[in-house]
Amino acid sequence: MTSTEVTNTQGAADEKKMSIVAALNSALDIALTIDEKVLIMGEDIADPIGGVMKATKGLSDKHGVDRVRATPIVEQTIVGSAVGAALGGYRPVAEIMFMDFLCQAMDQIVNHAAKTRYMSGGHSSTPIVVRAMIGSSNFGAQHSQALEGWFMHTPGLKVVMPSNPYDVKGLLLSAIFDDDPVVFIENMSMSYSVTGMVPTGDYRIPIGEAAVVREGSDVTLITYGAEVHTSLAAAEALAGDIDVEVIDLRSLVPLDISTCLRSVQKTKRAIVVHGSTQFCGPGAEIAIQLTDALWGELAAPVARLGASYTPVPFAAELQSIPTETSVIAAVQVLAEQG
Amino acid sequence: MQNGHTGSPELTVPAIEDLEWMYSLMLEAKGADEAAAAEARQGKLQAALYPVRGLEGVCAALGVAMTDDDQMISSYRNLGDALACGIPLRTIIAEAYGRLGGTSKGKGGTMHLTDNERGLITTTGVVGSGLPMAVGLALAAQLDSSRSENAARAIVVTFGDGATSIGSAHESFNLAALWNLPLVFVCQNNQWGEHTAIDAYAANPNLAERVRSYGMHAEAVDGFDPMATWRTLSSALDRARSGGGPSFIECKTYRLTGHSGLSDYSYVPSDDLSAALERDPGPTMRRWLLENGYVSEARVSELETAAENTISEAFAFAQSSPPPDPSELLDDVYASKEGFPVR
Repeated sequence: MTSTEVTNTQGAADEKKMSIVAALNSALDIALTIDEKVLIMGEDIADPIGGVMKATKGLSDKHGVDRVRATPIVEQTIVGSAVGAALGGYRPVAEIMFMDFLCQAMDQIVNHAAKTRYMSGGHSSTPIVVRAMIGSSNFGAQHSQALEGWFMHTPGLKVVMPSNPYDVKGLLLSAIFDDDPVVFIENMSMSYSVTGMVPTGDYRIPIGEAAVVREGSDVTLITYGAEVHTSLAAAEALAGDIDVEVIDLRSLVPLDISTCLRSVQKTKRAIVVHGSTQFCGPGAEIAIQLTDALWGELAAPVARLGASYTPVPFAAELQSIPTETSVIAAVQVLAEQG
Repeated sequence: MQNGHTGSPELTVPAIEDLEWMYSLMLEAKGADEAAAAEARQGKLQAALYPVRGLEGVCAALGVAMTDDDQMISSYRNLGDALACGIPLRTIIAEAYGRLGGTSKGKGGTMHLTDNERGLITTTGVVGSGLPMAVGLALAAQLDSSRSENAARAIVVTFGDGATSIGSAHESFNLAALWNLPLVFVCQNNQWGEHTAIDAYAANPNLAERVRSYGMHAEAVDGFDPMATWRTLSSALDRARSGGGPSFIECKTYRLTGHSGLSDYSYVPSDDLSAALERDPGPTMRRWLLENGYVSEARVSELETAAENTISEAFAFAQSSPPPDPSELLDDVYASKEGFPVR
């Protein structure tokens, strides 16, 4: 995949090829090492299993089961106790396995973590990270949802959705040491399949800065998470015919609309691509912000390509989320307009 | 906690100044409840009110049992708990009016009081949601004490009997016991979950018995008896601070008003309410103080006058405190405003 620019070169001399899981592990290990207030809590996260995806492998052996704390199957109380520990001065990372299970913890995320600073008149903060993963349709509709739009709709939360190991590590370290609650969304399809060179040391990527991961002049694809790879593949397939620029938002809140505007001012055409439902999805907000700012300059209305408004289907023939083929088709339609 | 008088444990009472403080808290809680309801009835106070009537003795006992280092998470029915933490009534009432002088600059309201310095870490408006947070706060206390020579602190979480129906309460009981946390679950059992009587929502209304099965110390105490409540809470807090793990203390009281400030409670059986009012903790403590010679009639009168003045002064302070500037709207959503939507 296209590598993103190194924003902090500390440790860059010592790089290693890492999967996303290895990058998560490295970030968590560094955070636990440099700050004794960092804790991790979640189901099955302690050794020897080290997490269902192995993201915490070796960490409880190294840092102790007090700080890498396996919990019962209690999502609401994992997040709730993370909020409480944060109010007690810690920086907890709550691992919630599949994002669908965040439904169990919504009260603590939405009613408590997101609002504590405001409701206390700024006297309190809840610096927690909630890590959760979008699963796959292999599991059916309860282990595969992309629910980032829910969290964008909740003032007080930051929403991070990285696409590659380098960003995963730099953004997770930023998230852990951020003073606001961060929902950090991973995608199971990328956990081991997406690899890249990653510094072994500490570096941070600021939350709220998008990356232009492929430059182009005809159409801008604005995307994040796993759909970055779908979009890049579509862009490569169209190379020589349509010159596609791809923006990896990396975070949805804060939303780096400036980078999107700069790109679309150049290309005049944009499609927002994501795995959550197109109806009321993040693309709706991005499209209207682009339209408001660039009305009169656009060669075509800003388009959206999101998931169908259905539960995630199991059978492979029922295709809900954008594919390389559907992105290519959408780009071709847009390129002919205006 | 002040050192109690020595003597047999079942007869130990707090020091005189603490007894006076307890009685004053009970007067302030009851008086402020009634004054706030009167203001609301006249349309001068636009706030959800959840009276503490019936719980005053429990709150007073908590206030003396907790040390300055102990911390609390409370609920929407928090006025007495806030006083127990030592928060001045004026800032509690100013928050009810949505004023800058409130505990949360007027951004929280009655259900959302915070005073970190005085140990009230947060209060939740969602039934039962304080318990998971208290597990985390107690985990922080446990980790802190394992790393430092400082005195261990205990965490208190208060909630009504209705909260024991919530699933995450049971997750929290299990985790607190599993992790041996320095946490005291203080169930302020007023016998009503909103407008439903405990017998109608619980097959086994013996809450302490239910929670004991999670593997922690659990006991019920007469919450209308401030001394018995103080002794029970003190030993639970001592146990928490000394590494003895969590406790569930069911303080049995009775709700002496409606669920919320102005709500109908004509459904409450009048015999039950009359019987409970006979045991109203404030007047009961007054009689007890006098009969046992701890405080003179003259001193009781002084305390009552002082409480009335505190209440009047609190409402006057609240009403004269400025509201937040409209520019405050966008502050405190995040640590910094930069880069976030404004609409």
